[in-house]
Amino acid sequence: MEEVAFFIGAIGALGGAIAVIALRNPFYSVLALVVHLVALAGLFLMLHAEFVAAAQIVVYAGAVMVLYVFVAAYVGGVEEPIWEPIPGQRFLAPLLAIALFVELSIAILGTALTSLESEGPVIQDGFGAPAAIGELMLEKFLIVFEASSLLLLVAAVGAIVLAARRQGEPG
Amino acid sequence: MDITWYLVLSALLFAIGAGGVLIRRSPLVILLCLELMLNAGNLALLAFARANGDQEGQIFALVVMVVAACEVVVGLGLIVAMFRRKLPLNVDDMRELRG
Repeated sequence: MEEVAFFIGAIGALGGAIAVIALRNPFYSVLALVVHLVALAGLFLMLHAEFVAAAQIVVYAGAVMVLYVFVAAYVGGVEEPIWEPIPGQRFLAPLLAIALFVELSIAILGTALTSLESEGPVIQDGFGAPAAIGELMLEKFLIVFEASSLLLLVAAVGAIVLAARRQGEPG
Repeated sequence: MDITWYLVLSALLFAIGAGGVLIRRSPLVILLCLELMLNAGNLALLAFARANGDQEGQIFALVVMVVAACEVVVGLGLIVAMFRRKLPLNVDDMRELRG
């Protein structure tokens, strides 16, 4: 049963990812990314990361993707040729991606971490639940929490500066 | 399911994202491919958290999501600014820092 759920999630995530890079219209790419993120949230649930899965759906597949959809609609569906006439790129780019995958797989499969060849240790109730995550975040990782809120503020200010209309600039 | 399965899936997703960054020319799609790579990293972090029975990796994943949100906001701001100035939305034509 767990295997079936994993493979359904994996196929959804892989299909979404391939559709993101294969579809010509950026608008469809954004929608494919939503499929990818939802499938990935299912996999997060299977790893007992319940709060992260919920945040993935609400923040990522919800808020961030709405932002993408707005911008994709604003700049319009720019049809671009998927393959650019840079000599050799057509072959080199997928080759590099495959090399990266092989390299990562060798690292994963050749590891001496024996814990990776099991389903992981038995975990207590509440693993990955909001209560446990919140406690960790506000006690052990308080500085990380504050730093990330500062980063969000800086990004918001930066986006306003970048996208603001200059004087005399046509809108 | 063994944790190794999740890690191999995350490596595959990361490779797809990296290939997308190399192939595509639209800055919007390149941002989407960055999202793919960040999410592959998140999957690996959560898989390691499960393998160690430790929730600290999940905090890392949440922080990665915050960083991704910041990257999206700034990146989309750049794309909107490029569009406003009628610059081509193609990273090959935008290889110089000055517009």
